[in-house]
Amino acid sequence: MNIIEPLIKIALVLLINLTTVAYLVYAERRVSAFIQNRVGPNRVGPMGLLQPVADIVKLFFKEDIVPTAANKFVHSLAPLISLIVALSTFAVIPFGNTIHLFGHDFKLMIADVNVGLLYLLALSSLGVYGITLSGWSSNNKYSLLGGLRSSAQMISYELSMGLSIIGVLMISSSLQLDKIVVHQGNYLMGFIPKWNIFLQPLGCITFVVAYFAETNRLPFDLPEAEPELVGGYHTEYSGMKFGLFFLAEYANMITASAVITTLYLGGWQFPFIENFGFSPLAVSLLQVAAFGVKIALVLLFFIIVRWTIPRFRYDQLMNIGWKVMLPLAILNIIITGFFILL
Amino acid sequence: MSLEKSTIIRKKDLSLLERLYIPEIVKGMTLTIRQMFTPTFTTQYPEERFQPPASFRGRPVLVEEHGVERCVACGLCSRVCPALAIEVQAGETELGKERYPEKFEINMIRCIFCGFCEEVCPEEAIIMSQEYELAFTNPQDALFGKDKLLVPIEKVQTRLDFLRSNR
Ligand code: SF4
Ligand code: SF4
Repeated sequence: MNIIEPLIKIALVLLINLTTVAYLVYAERRVSAFIQNRVGPNRVGPMGLLQPVADIVKLFFKEDIVPTAANKFVHSLAPLISLIVALSTFAVIPFGNTIHLFGHDFKLMIADVNVGLLYLLALSSLGVYGITLSGWSSNNKYSLLGGLRSSAQMISYELSMGLSIIGVLMISSSLQLDKIVVHQGNYLMGFIPKWNIFLQPLGCITFVVAYFAETNRLPFDLPEAEPELVGGYHTEYSGMKFGLFFLAEYANMITASAVITTLYLGGWQFPFIENFGFSPLAVSLLQVAAFGVKIALVLLFFIIVRWTIPRFRYDQLMNIGWKVMLPLAILNIIITGFFILL
Repeated sequence: MSLEKSTIIRKKDLSLLERLYIPEIVKGMTLTIRQMFTPTFTTQYPEERFQPPASFRGRPVLVEEHGVERCVACGLCSRVCPALAIEVQAGETELGKERYPEKFEINMIRCIFCGFCEEVCPEEAIIMSQEYELAFTNPQDALFGKDKLLVPIEKVQTRLDFLRSNR
């Protein structure tokens, strides 16, 4: 079995992912600054583009404090769990069609798992362990509250997330992510790309909302709600361990946008590209670029939502999760089933 | 107001569109996106500097007219200063005003820029300037003696005019 190829792919994906994380932090600060009529970081390097480097160097030189009463092992394990889970979800995301290079066929995804969708669901819910464990091991009431909130939130939103994915499953009748993407390559009525967002807008909305809760982004960032919980689950973290949580949050955002793109926005599909008559290699590269652009737009959406919508109160969060999202997701399944039967 | 009277007002009659929540979010997001393209308010500080208006209360300075300070060392400013920042020691002089401050010292770490000294001074001798860049690396540098406090009258004319117009 060829082991070099997946290793190269892993290295490439990790490299691109981590760089994107660094620049995503920069982008978030910059975009939020523009939204608030400020300038944002613009001193380090041209236009502040070296700011992420400065941030990381700063985090490395910070003192790493572990509270005396904390459970030392779990305390250092938790950020690792968060980051590893966030990064490994990317393994099953197809970022391009099969590409033909040097007489070989390369599949542009790291692991072509036939139950990719289940793997994705399983891993993304594992991420909550990092947060819960960090909250518990810090031996701090605020951290613990943050961790508990995170697990409760996860349970309420995982359900509607899984149920909204079922709609996608019913349409494409496959758990394999690249099959799902290939399935979105056709057109509706000849001019609308057959992306799942157009086929099931309701499912898309519930999925996106659930995924926002899953990634702990505002308006669902209750595990770290600063005004109530100091720093939430990472109150007791400093230095690079805090940095790992930070990285994990943004890596999660990237994975989330990749998943949303794959499931609902047609993945690497570039609509109408077959009409332009490019060579197969150019088409493949353009498709990878299309995937990148879609991810970037979803990320921008994430950022803008964060600076638009205020945080939910905890009871509102639970209300929406159980009384609104869950019925809506079930309704989506019923509607999808109805249309499939027709 | 008593606590009972201040009831929370909730708008109950939301329309269906408002209760659906999504259109409202879209509305909010268009506002945020629109804000991205409005000009920024930031002053790029070390390169651009804020030019304060005449009403601004920067560090207090002593007015110097015809080469001598106006101050008659009455000590009112020192007395009124809430932060006890001013020290005045009077001396005699041959000039018409008879008294002058031998030593006039403002501790800029203590000063809270309230402007009371300016208000109380009978001679318009101490006034608030437009200088706001006051950072020190040790407490000794923050003791401003007469050498640093005396400022020729031309430089503070805008503040003097402002004070006159508001008297
Ligand atoms: S109140 Fe005016 S005149 Fe009197 S000591 Fe102070 S500065 Fe001098
Ligand atoms: S501005 Fe206020 S605190 Fe400062 S020296 Fe004058 S009276 Fe004292």
